[in-house]
Amino acid sequence: MEKAIVLAASAIGAGIAMISGFGPGIGQGYAAGKATEAVGRQPEASGAITRTMLVGCAVAESTGIYGFVVALILLFINPFIDKL
Amino acid sequence: MNVQGPHYFTVDILGLEVKISETIVVGWIIIAFITALILFLTHNMQKIPSKRQSIAELIVTTVNKLVLDTMGKRNMAFAPYMATLFMFSLFGSLVGLVGLRPMTADYNTTLTWALLTFFMVQACNIKANGIGGYLKGFTEPVVFMTPLNIVSLFVSPISLSFRHFGNIAGGMVITMLVYFALTGLSTALGLSVPLATIGIPAVLSVYFDLFSAVMQAFIFVMLSMVYIGSANESEEE
Repeated sequence: MEKAIVLAASAIGAGIAMISGFGPGIGQGYAAGKATEAVGRQPEASGAITRTMLVGCAVAESTGIYGFVVALILLFINPFIDKL
Repeated sequence: MNVQGPHYFTVDILGLEVKISETIVVGWIIIAFITALILFLTHNMQKIPSKRQSIAELIVTTVNKLVLDTMGKRNMAFAPYMATLFMFSLFGSLVGLVGLRPMTADYNTTLTWALLTFFMVQACNIKANGIGGYLKGFTEPVVFMTPLNIVSLFVSPISLSFRHFGNIAGGMVITMLVYFALTGLSTALGLSVPLATIGIPAVLSVYFDLFSAVMQAFIFVMLSMVYIGSANESEEE
């Protein structure tokens, strides 16, 4: 019974951890929008703009990835089951 | 669900039990493949390049140009390291296409690469600023920021490695979840063969295996270049 509660709580926790995905989504969308504006203004610099945008997006993604790693640990490693 | 870490087997070397994991085996396969590819592309080089040689020249020129644009002329010595990292990372993720477990879906791999970059950054920083300047850099802009600076020092390799690992492993998990859902759907529809799994996973594979693999290899190398390039600038210039 206790085990079931811990497993259920871990699954819910993993789901909540994945909510962290929406922050990077907003951030990357904003960056992509700005990059589109920049390409529209200066089409000849599109290579450099795309490169910079991708690196910026990758950095903005980190928080989402942290949330995802926490979710993975909760789902597949079940650290709390040993605590019983 | 059976999303697992890499399998491993143990070998007995001089009384020590050494664990050889799937990642190591796949890694050596990739090393052998890249070596064979490069030898094939560059053997018997001519002044007027053949088709094979043109491909090799294209790779070298592209990497050199990227390093020159990002790190400047002083840091051209890093170009071979970056090219190696890029090739290894690219094939390490693309190997998922032929059914092997992607090497980069194991956190050990990406952490190793991130630590390589991390120590290179510190070495460059010490070389450019001297050991005194390096230590003084922690007290910038004010002295009581020192703990925060030390924490942010160790965060950079962690975020660098988690980013690559998370993207590839995440793709793997999502593809697997979709497979489970579609198999369940086929069973619910009463089909004896899981027909619903045709088609949709292929689209996901194009994004997660092809696009994400190329993107993450590029981003990993790009961020390594940015970190090393900014560490190699001394304060006076």
